[in-house]
Amino acid sequence: MNIVVCVKQVPDTAMERTLRAEDSRLDRASIDGVINELDEYAIEEGLRQCEAHGGEVTILSMGPEPAADSIRKALSMGADKAVHLVDDGLAGSDALATSLALATVLQRIGFDLVILGSESTDARMGVLAAMLAERLGVPQVSLASQVEIDGQAVTIRRQADYGYDTVTAALPAVVSVVEKINEPRYPSFKGIMAAKKKPVETLSLADAGIDPAQVGLGAAATEVVSFASRPPRQAGTTVKDEGDGGVKAAEYLAAQKFI
Amino acid sequence: MAEVLVLADHDGETVKKVTFELLTLARRLGEPAVAWIGPGAEGASERLAGYGAAKVYVAEADGLTDYVVAPTAEVLAALAGQAAPAAILIPASGEGKEIAGRLAVKIGSGVLTDAVDLKPGEDGSGPVAEQSIFGGAIIVQSRVRTGTPIVAVRPNAVTPEPAPEPAAAALEPVSTGLSDAAKTATIAERVVAERGERPELTEASIVVSGGRGVGGAENFALIERLADSLGAAVGASRAATDAGWYPHQFQVGQTGKTVSPQLYLAVGISGAIQHRAGMQTSKTIMVINKDPEAPIFELADFGVVGDLFNVVPQLVEQIGQRKGG
Repeated sequence: MNIVVCVKQVPDTAMERTLRAEDSRLDRASIDGVINELDEYAIEEGLRQCEAHGGEVTILSMGPEPAADSIRKALSMGADKAVHLVDDGLAGSDALATSLALATVLQRIGFDLVILGSESTDARMGVLAAMLAERLGVPQVSLASQVEIDGQAVTIRRQADYGYDTVTAALPAVVSVVEKINEPRYPSFKGIMAAKKKPVETLSLADAGIDPAQVGLGAAATEVVSFASRPPRQAGTTVKDEGDGGVKAAEYLAAQKFI
Repeated sequence: MAEVLVLADHDGETVKKVTFELLTLARRLGEPAVAWIGPGAEGASERLAGYGAAKVYVAEADGLTDYVVAPTAEVLAALAGQAAPAAILIPASGEGKEIAGRLAVKIGSGVLTDAVDLKPGEDGSGPVAEQSIFGGAIIVQSRVRTGTPIVAVRPNAVTPEPAPEPAAAALEPVSTGLSDAAKTATIAERVVAERGERPELTEASIVVSGGRGVGGAENFALIERLADSLGAAVGASRAATDAGWYPHQFQVGQTGKTVSPQLYLAVGISGAIQHRAGMQTSKTIMVINKDPEAPIFELADFGVVGDLFNVVPQLVEQIGQRKGG
């Protein structure tokens, strides 16, 4: 089975993230890039499905040069090879352009299963799996907390606000996974050494056959009008519990008309 | 006045509150029209009209609710072509955002997700959505510059307000059939999890969350009691769900649910960025924690430094007395 896992490098959520004044884009220079945490579950799921059903796992990442670090980490977890779509013309791409670029590469490299994390921790849109399924014309089996493959059929538990849906589809398909589907493995020393020798194909827009006019900041269908730091919350009241903490809390709630 | 399309969130009988919130926002931008997928539109039309819906597009074709996301996106795309709305508003649930995404590809329009406010743009430049990003540290005003603006709006973004002069809403059937392409991911079974009488986490006006300080699964009964005394939903920090004390679907935070209730009560939660990202836009925040240095106190409108096992039972009792009296 040919499994492709999409991976995004994102700024470390533990650091303070800002937008640049000149173009309202994420300031990546001042911050460490890490693999999107939710993508680690996608990689793990890809590896497990591959271990169960055979085949290979390809990592696909779109992003500037430093994204190679995240690709290497994914390979050290056990993925077989990678494709890195990297081109200055991609900078500033919105979700529509990103999905177009990734779908173009996916069509080129072929797949039985595409697996993504449910969202990235930077943009947090949660739209990419749906957009890819739409563009590729394959089933969308997304927000999965469980994935089972039987021959050419995939069945997932799709997490919903009310519980879950059991969803079935035929391969090829696009899957997105939620946290808790599995426990991502740590790269072993052997895995880290092996990753250095695994093939990473880099593609430019021209290599991939993507029209530069349809991606990047110039093609973005949305724009930031303005942004500002959230004004600090007004300092609240803090009381120490001296046996009456619950009473004081209730008084506050009553004063605010919550009770 | 241009139509503003609102996708109704409903289960065939009950209309979810977020629908009325979206209608309230839609009235700022134009004349609201509801897109209703599946059965139950007739029974709901009066309430929808009460919040300003002038029209309800009803799509009831077979199979619309039997497949993942694609059928709804297909109906909305057809309506976008037919009614040329000024904007399309969709509830920003996990599924809602996926609908917005597929729709954006179908009609080639820009999409904004997780809006917490929406206002008409200046000189007719299309609506401006407010988003809170990077764990709530930055507020961004964004707009769509290509196609019909598609905006996924977070529950609790506004207080739903009935329309000042409501008129009856016209029911208009949508005759689109479902394409084969929309029928590829079949919903074989729908399993509704037991959550008792509690409101849904992302929709609730009040959320009570427990964290590491709760100390164990059995102690979450205390959090539930406090929640029930306030008619609130129960949430949990990642520390609590990772420890298996409370089910994962109730996790509030960066990798869990994002909530924005009127009142958020954080009990025994230290307030790591992971958690703050999921609750920072709550209107009022109350904190109960024994560690006065816990970062969550930075967000507190009202904080109690104390042992939750003393403070919470007393608070529950006080609420009971005040509500009873």
